[in-house]
Amino acid sequence: MNAPAVRFRDLLAAEWMKLWSLRSTPWAFGVGAFAVLGVNLNATFADYRNYPNYAQGIRDLFVPIWAMRDAFTLGGAMIFMLATGSIGALVIVGEYGTGQIRTTFAAVPDRRAVTAAKTLVLTGVMLLYGFLVAAVSFAATQAVLSGRGVGMSITYEGAPAAVAASALLAPVCALAGFGLGALLRHTATTIVTVTGVLLLLPALVDDRSRWSATFLHALPQGAWRRLTQVGDSPVPVDYPWTAGGAWTVYAAWSLGAVAVALIAVHRRDV
Amino acid sequence: MTGFLGPNGAGKSTTLRLILGLNEPTSGSATVDGLRFRDLPRGLRHVGALLDAHDVHGGRTAEGHLAALARTNGLPRRRVGEVLDEVGLAEAARRRIGGYSLGMRQRLGIAAALLGDPPVLLFDEPVNGLDPEGVLWARGLFRRLAAEGRTVFVSSHLMSEMEHTADDLVVIGRGALIAAESLAEFAARGSGGGVTVRTADPAAAAGLAAALAREGATVRPPGGAGGAFTVTGMDADRVGALAFRSGAALAELAVRTSSLEDAFMELTADSVEFRKKKEGEAR
Repeated sequence: MNAPAVRFRDLLAAEWMKLWSLRSTPWAFGVGAFAVLGVNLNATFADYRNYPNYAQGIRDLFVPIWAMRDAFTLGGAMIFMLATGSIGALVIVGEYGTGQIRTTFAAVPDRRAVTAAKTLVLTGVMLLYGFLVAAVSFAATQAVLSGRGVGMSITYEGAPAAVAASALLAPVCALAGFGLGALLRHTATTIVTVTGVLLLLPALVDDRSRWSATFLHALPQGAWRRLTQVGDSPVPVDYPWTAGGAWTVYAAWSLGAVAVALIAVHRRDV
Repeated sequence: MTGFLGPNGAGKSTTLRLILGLNEPTSGSATVDGLRFRDLPRGLRHVGALLDAHDVHGGRTAEGHLAALARTNGLPRRRVGEVLDEVGLAEAARRRIGGYSLGMRQRLGIAAALLGDPPVLLFDEPVNGLDPEGVLWARGLFRRLAAEGRTVFVSSHLMSEMEHTADDLVVIGRGALIAAESLAEFAARGSGGGVTVRTADPAAAAGLAAALAREGATVRPPGGAGGAFTVTGMDADRVGALAFRSGAALAELAVRTSSLEDAFMELTADSVEFRKKKEGEAR
């Protein structure tokens, strides 16, 4: 056997194989998408039924505020964050928790390359998954609402950015889960922490003081709320912030998580 | 083939992890063929290793696990079938590893080590959990791999596993090197050899013991107290001749060969960490 070339794309292919050779992967993606779409459509149908009884003030603002909220509800977003964050965490914790990581590193001593391959495959899969779920959710919910004449078109100003923000929740949360997993390396601890950071913390703080508003804005969920807000907020906002700031939060969480994972995995004994 | 021996907790597994760069040594360095393993971009073609049969994700099939592993190192897919055949897991290739017995996992770990056809193989307690047929198979495989010119480094806490397979031994205890030499040299360290003598009449023992001592043999206990003693430094023929000349009637004259096990036990006696304290022994 001749010595095979050292190719990074072999690591990408191997990580792709590892992801899909687990039965739980297609299930997690499938159940996650189903639950998100179910929650969003449920809220949409409620609006569809109740629309004739809505006061004029709500009807005036239904497009874009309420139609956009039906496209991707907070409940749907929370399920989406939990699903993608957990999948991201399990990509790395599944190896540390089982001891597989030692077999992996005995085969590929270049740990940074392994970590980089994992994050790239995870990011790619999550981008595709995120855009698929967000696009289907937008199309389905707005199709339902158009029955009342209040469905939004994707060409509505600000709608593409809002759909993209929901779609990008998937890679952002998956990478956050991955980074936390690389630090904590223990399955239960990681899942609890991921849930706490992505879901619990934003529920515990409000945006009524400068300190807590800043904290909320720095979390992925806070950024998502800002980015999916189309048009002016129907209620006054004490500490407004820009969409650019929110996109920066997305980027910071993604890049920060990858950096943390690269350093932690490289440095620590396994 | 080199046997790597030491009592539980001696540091065998840690040593292997240091070699593979999984753990960083607090001081010193470990190299394979002069290279630090962690400096290699890919490992399977250089060193094949089975550290712990449980170091696999139980959710994958043997085939899926090995296919991904082979791919990381750019090895052809056919190697998966070849190594699975080699270790006798072809039938179970599409079953999930989570349902495997320990013996099957050991075979899978050996298969993974063989994937890259490496010149160096490290196995940590590879026969744990294998049935007697499996143990024989593993020994045969290790011998064959060594005969092909590969370095085969096998750890164990049982000397008996090495007796018929290893050429050289490395023995450690409490993290320190005790011996690194050929199997034959190591066996010669044992003091278990000698000739066991028991006289029919205990009173005659003292005379015989004195005669043996005059001829340069060592008698334990000294003076042959109790009528039964062990003679070292003299072969059984001469002991028998001396007994005949001194008029002592023998009830037993037996040759005791020193076993590797004895040598191992004696050398590691001070470094055994986990054992029951003897009666009255200070804690």
